[in-house]
Amino acid sequence: MIRITDLHKSFGTNAVLRGVDLHVPKGESMVIIGGSGTGKSVLLKCILGLVTPDSGIIEVDGQDVTKVKRDAFLARFGMLFQGGALFDSLSVWQNVAFRLLRGPGRLPKAEARAAAIEKLRRVGLTPEVADQFPAELSGGMQKRVGLARAIAAEPEIIFFDEPTTGLDPIMAGVINALIREIVEEMGATAMTITHDMSSVRAIADRVAMLHGGKIRWSGPVAELDATPDPYVQQFIHGRAEGPIESVR
Amino acid sequence: MNALTRPLAHLGHAVLSALAALGRVSRFAGATLAHLVRPPFYWREFLHACLQIGWLSLPVVGMTAVFTGAALALQIYAGGSRFNAESVVPQIVALGITRELGPVLGALMVAARVASSIAAEIGTMKVTEQIDALTTLSTHPMKYLTVPRVLAATLSMPLLVAVGDALGIWGGYLVGVTRLDFASSTYLANTADFLEVWDVGSGLVKGAVFGFVVALMGCYFGMNSGRGAQGVGGATKSAVVAASVLILASNYLLTELFFAA
Ligand SMILES: Nc1ncnc2c1ncn2[C@@H]1O[C@H](COP(=O)(O)OP(=O)(O)OP(=O)(O)O)[C@@H](O)[C@H]1O
Ligand SMILES: [Mg+2]
Repeated sequence: MIRITDLHKSFGTNAVLRGVDLHVPKGESMVIIGGSGTGKSVLLKCILGLVTPDSGIIEVDGQDVTKVKRDAFLARFGMLFQGGALFDSLSVWQNVAFRLLRGPGRLPKAEARAAAIEKLRRVGLTPEVADQFPAELSGGMQKRVGLARAIAAEPEIIFFDEPTTGLDPIMAGVINALIREIVEEMGATAMTITHDMSSVRAIADRVAMLHGGKIRWSGPVAELDATPDPYVQQFIHGRAEGPIESVR
Repeated sequence: MNALTRPLAHLGHAVLSALAALGRVSRFAGATLAHLVRPPFYWREFLHACLQIGWLSLPVVGMTAVFTGAALALQIYAGGSRFNAESVVPQIVALGITRELGPVLGALMVAARVASSIAAEIGTMKVTEQIDALTTLSTHPMKYLTVPRVLAATLSMPLLVAVGDALGIWGGYLVGVTRLDFASSTYLANTADFLEVWDVGSGLVKGAVFGFVVALMGCYFGMNSGRGAQGVGGATKSAVVAASVLILASNYLLTELFFAA
């Protein structure tokens, strides 16, 4: 369970998060939507401690994240970065198996490789890519390798930053189904950022919309279409006209 | 503020920011050492860094040394002949190379080659979120990236200096026997009799310090790279400049420490 209370973060004069309150129950899939540049990625990075918030409290299972042991804390997480963030000095399988090859519970090389190839298969990549390097792959393939790496160690809490951006519609469907499966079968808690409304409907238990540095609306996905909130309505229908200024 | 105090204010500002930067670099160096002594240690990264920093720098350091030794022999011969001291060529070449030019020029070449590539590599990792990804995979970037490189440079730079010493003296010897009419055996005997252990030893110690400085600057500026390609470019440039200046400054301080009367 993740609880965020009154979170603030500015970069210089750019106040990105201005009092975010959010609750993600254990074992649920929360999808964050919101305009480009509203701070969705920054929000995830704050939870992981990659960005230090200016103020506010972030708790995971009731524990303040600034007061936990970092290694044990991070071992519970998996993260797919928006840009993939693959290590370009390592081959694809070594990227995917990065955590499996290191740390206290590390696996022998052959086992780690087999596990990596299995994860690659689940994101729709063949074993042939395992020995290639990230720079040799297409953008969408890199994204899927990043996804395989995020889920490789079967973490309890997984963050996906735009998992389907840059994928063809069929592959996007495969990834949506995979994320849903991870939540339902492994009981993981997921937070996903996406701009793709079909993804939202496929993945989410709950949806939260970030706008103006705050959570503008949040609720079960079933209520998304019925909400009268004009911001949400404009966003989910992709209208240029509405309360969200599209030309700044 | 009037015209008189403004330059003073600028000067004060510059001094303060330089001191602040020095403080940040020292903190970074301290953190590197702290991570060095605490496990885990990434052997594979360390060996890879030794290959990149030590082994692959051999050609450039070696060539620098040969040509420097050769030119030095010519200069000392020309200068020495003004007061009939041409015969000191072997001794002065040996001293100049082992104490000063071997370590300093070698380190400057390594700074150009290694500080830049470390800063560019780590800077690119920073702007493409690879450093963040390392953290989320429970791997401390200081342990995984900085410690292996700094240790590899600190240990391999003295070896490079030793090779450079030998090649530099050889360069002087070649010029001495082919161009300056020294007898081969005299040249070698003079060099060997004259050189003391500390002449070479002090140069090796300097090499270790310079190696530390080079890798530390590469890592520091890489880790603090600005965003985008421009940020990485700036980091690379700053790393080479800072490493070069620090090599020359610390060379003076070490020489003062080792040889001041
Ligand atoms: N390290 C940083 N330094 C300075 N500003 C930053 C930094 N990271 C993010 N920002 C700023 O914070 C704002 C929010 O960025 P963020 O990446 O969270 O947007 P986002 O909601 O994920 O957008 P998108 O949907 O386009 O990915 C942007 O204005 C960005 O410029
Ligand atoms: Mg983003």
